[in-house]
Amino acid sequence: MKQLYTWSAIVVIVLASTTGDVLLSHAMKQVGDVGELWRRGGLMALLARVLRKPQFLLGLVAMALAFYSLLFGLSWGDVSLVAPASASLTFVANAIAARIFLQERVDRRRWLAALLVAGGVALLAA
Amino acid sequence: MTFRKYLVLAGVTVFGAVGDSMLSRGMKEVGSISLSHIPDVILAILNPWVALGIVLLLAFFAAYMTALSWADLTYVLPATSLGYVLLALIAKFVLHEQVTATRWLGILLVSGGVAFIAGGPARTHLTPHDKPQESMPEPVTSRMGS
Repeated sequence: MKQLYTWSAIVVIVLASTTGDVLLSHAMKQVGDVGELWRRGGLMALLARVLRKPQFLLGLVAMALAFYSLLFGLSWGDVSLVAPASASLTFVANAIAARIFLQERVDRRRWLAALLVAGGVALLAA
Repeated sequence: MTFRKYLVLAGVTVFGAVGDSMLSRGMKEVGSISLSHIPDVILAILNPWVALGIVLLLAFFAAYMTALSWADLTYVLPATSLGYVLLALIAKFVLHEQVTATRWLGILLVSGGVAFIAGGPARTHLTPHDKPQESMPEPVTSRMGS
């Protein structure tokens, strides 16, 4: 039963942090090059532009949800399982989600990179 | 990709890894907080390591958002995963922890992934300004390098 809880927490962490990353990435792509905007309009105009994006705020909510699920997951399972499993699965989930929702061209190079990093992270924290 | 943009990616990597290890060190000093004393979490920022860690993680978030404003998610995430390697190196050389063979293999895999991604374009998705050409090598960087 405890294992079921732990893996459910891992699934929630992966889904929430992938949702958060995709929303934040989507918002920032719409905002455009931050450095250029800062030079043109100053920091306040830049912040106002970012904070007006609903995807940005929703992304923050999703990230907070991921963070709290991580805390719960850590209270149910070992840190050596929860942290690497959720981190490395998030890399793979992000590659899939970025392809579907952000229309990024995830070619063989990017797939290999995502899988290598996911495997490496799993080993690092093992 | 300009030098300044590599600096931002380095910022994401370093601020994230160092911020996390400072938070971890600080929270160990604070001790475990029980669910019935959640407000104690607020007092935890009185610990200098926790406070410094939060500042660094804010810097991490700013650098991360900056990177996402001109690069793909599937570029930024692997490119900044060197932070995991940095954490392992901090563990070995600063905290004098044992780094096992499994971990060295992990470092090797992560570095290999980063090398793969670094050779490709930072941005592939099509903005309204870009022409839908499949084989455009670096549409955004060539425009913004000027």
